[in-house]
Amino acid sequence: MKRITISPPVAAVLLAIILFALSGLLPNGFGSNMLVARAQAVNILRLSVFLGVIAAGQTLVIISGSEGIDLSAGAVVTLTAIVTYVLVNGNDGRVLPALFAAILVGAAIGLVNGTGISFLKISPLVMTLGMSGVVTGMILIVQHGNVSGAVSPIMTKVIARPLIFGIPGAIIIWVFFAGLMWLLMERTAFGKNLFAIGTNRVTARLSGVNVTAMVLATYALAGALSGLGGFLAVGNTGVVFINIGNPFLFPSIAAVAVGGTLLSGGKGSYWGTMAGAIVLTLLTSLLTTMQMPDSVRSMVLGATLLILISIYGRQQALRQ
Amino acid sequence: MNKHQWQTFTLHNPYLFSLLLLVIITLVNLFVQPDMFHRDTINNNMRVFLPLILLAAGEAVVILGGGIDISVGSIVSIVNVILATQVGLQGNPQKMYLMMGFVLLVGMAAGAINGFFVAYMRLQPIITTYATSFLYAGLALFILPNPGGGIPQSFSSFYRDTTPLGLPLAFFIIALILLAWGFVQQTRYGRYLSAVGGKADAAYETAVPVSAIQFSTYVAAGLMAALSGIAVTMLVSSGNSTTGDQLTLSSITAVVIGGTTLSGGVGGVAGAMIGAVILGLIKNIISFANIDTWWQTFVNAAIIVVALAAPGVINLFRRKR
Repeated sequence: MKRITISPPVAAVLLAIILFALSGLLPNGFGSNMLVARAQAVNILRLSVFLGVIAAGQTLVIISGSEGIDLSAGAVVTLTAIVTYVLVNGNDGRVLPALFAAILVGAAIGLVNGTGISFLKISPLVMTLGMSGVVTGMILIVQHGNVSGAVSPIMTKVIARPLIFGIPGAIIIWVFFAGLMWLLMERTAFGKNLFAIGTNRVTARLSGVNVTAMVLATYALAGALSGLGGFLAVGNTGVVFINIGNPFLFPSIAAVAVGGTLLSGGKGSYWGTMAGAIVLTLLTSLLTTMQMPDSVRSMVLGATLLILISIYGRQQALRQ
Repeated sequence: MNKHQWQTFTLHNPYLFSLLLLVIITLVNLFVQPDMFHRDTINNNMRVFLPLILLAAGEAVVILGGGIDISVGSIVSIVNVILATQVGLQGNPQKMYLMMGFVLLVGMAAGAINGFFVAYMRLQPIITTYATSFLYAGLALFILPNPGGGIPQSFSSFYRDTTPLGLPLAFFIIALILLAWGFVQQTRYGRYLSAVGGKADAAYETAVPVSAIQFSTYVAAGLMAALSGIAVTMLVSSGNSTTGDQLTLSSITAVVIGGTTLSGGVGGVAGAMIGAVILGLIKNIISFANIDTWWQTFVNAAIIVVALAAPGVINLFRRKR
């Protein structure tokens, strides 16, 4: 008998559509007003972009296996958001240098993570956790809790406002970005090697993959993507605050898991992560719209996550 | 010592680096806080460290069994708010004892939920306990939306001032847990635990009840989290739904500094307790060394990273030779 299987990204997208449709039935939902529905859908997509970009780095790190995870992502987002904010300082001409700086800072921190993990054999979880403390500490030292700067008009225009046909620039950037991620993961040697080291590091090494270089590159790239996430996040909010990045940390891992990427590595896709980011953002905004108290919201989120991963996050049984 | 002997030696003595680190950190602490070994100071320190020590001991069991539990902090919060709301500042001792028994059950039940999903539903531990941490944190916030409540004065002063035989109360609790752990290690269960953490499928093929063992580690962690919650409540003698939040990641760090590998199978409870003491002493050093407030987070994290890196650096040099 053939079992009906449904791939996790598709399941997540279906779930998102169902959730969204149900949200219309709420007392303060969009009801039958299609214009409002469209606006809401676009807005939720736009909010998903930031989580989606930050979770991209997380996806790469998790696919690389050996308990790969990046707990420094939140701190890196905060740091790079501050870097962007201070460097741009309201000046359109300095947006591009600031973008490069944000990506470079993120990559540097990722490289330190990778060094500790591959050369000093520190487990990724604690290494990145430690780095997140170090980065948070650096932010406090340099900024003493207050920053002066501003985003520039062009950032707000491109990231936060509708660009073409009422579609916000952030979504267009995301689509473009997703294409690049697909190319990177499916059409390059880096991508092939990434899945190879995620499946089995020993066989990968024996087949001529430079595992150390791959791990370094993966963590550096993940840091760079968090840097990009920080740049986009501050472009969206327009102001920077010390807690801008942390709320993204665990959702970025959850988005990867909901998207069907194995947390043990070697299997997954960025499409899944995108779908996961949309589902999580939708869920959060839905619970906010329903005006639930924080406590109930937290419980519902936890329970939903548990149900979601119960459906397709199950690992193989020991008995084969 | 050749490479192989060295590997065997470090494998048989997973506490080696953490003990070394403990000595170094203690010496530094002695330098900035000369009265460190005074009886009152030890008691002061140990009662502040105890909650994390207990939590790390529970976390160590889970990690030893090849899992991870990032919901333990939220279990601490639940226990804290239950005690603070149900007993109250004016509550009578009987009620406190009753509720202490009750929260132990709550902790084990929370652990059992984690264990059920991880061991029997075969979900990935980190994401499962992340999800349940939301459940538990939400429940804690539901029970006590605003910080408040409390426990009878007599219990907090008991926790603060009890020094049987002139030694801090914490020493006796730690000794009890180490004894219990020593006993567990002698039993078949202890060997099963290392086997499951080391290689679950090999353990399965040698007829080890893998799922039951995994399940039990989460229940043990829940129980230890409840004990930790009781200790925290007696320490701060008030309720706050975010009490345990920052304890989760510290407990994992303590376990790793204590020589337990996150991939499971190697390490133990004693190392995790040493790790928790080390983390506490680092905080101590920072507050006594007159470090600028803005630098404290950074120095704390940097010391931890260096401590984590030390064994790796030593091994790196040994491999080069």
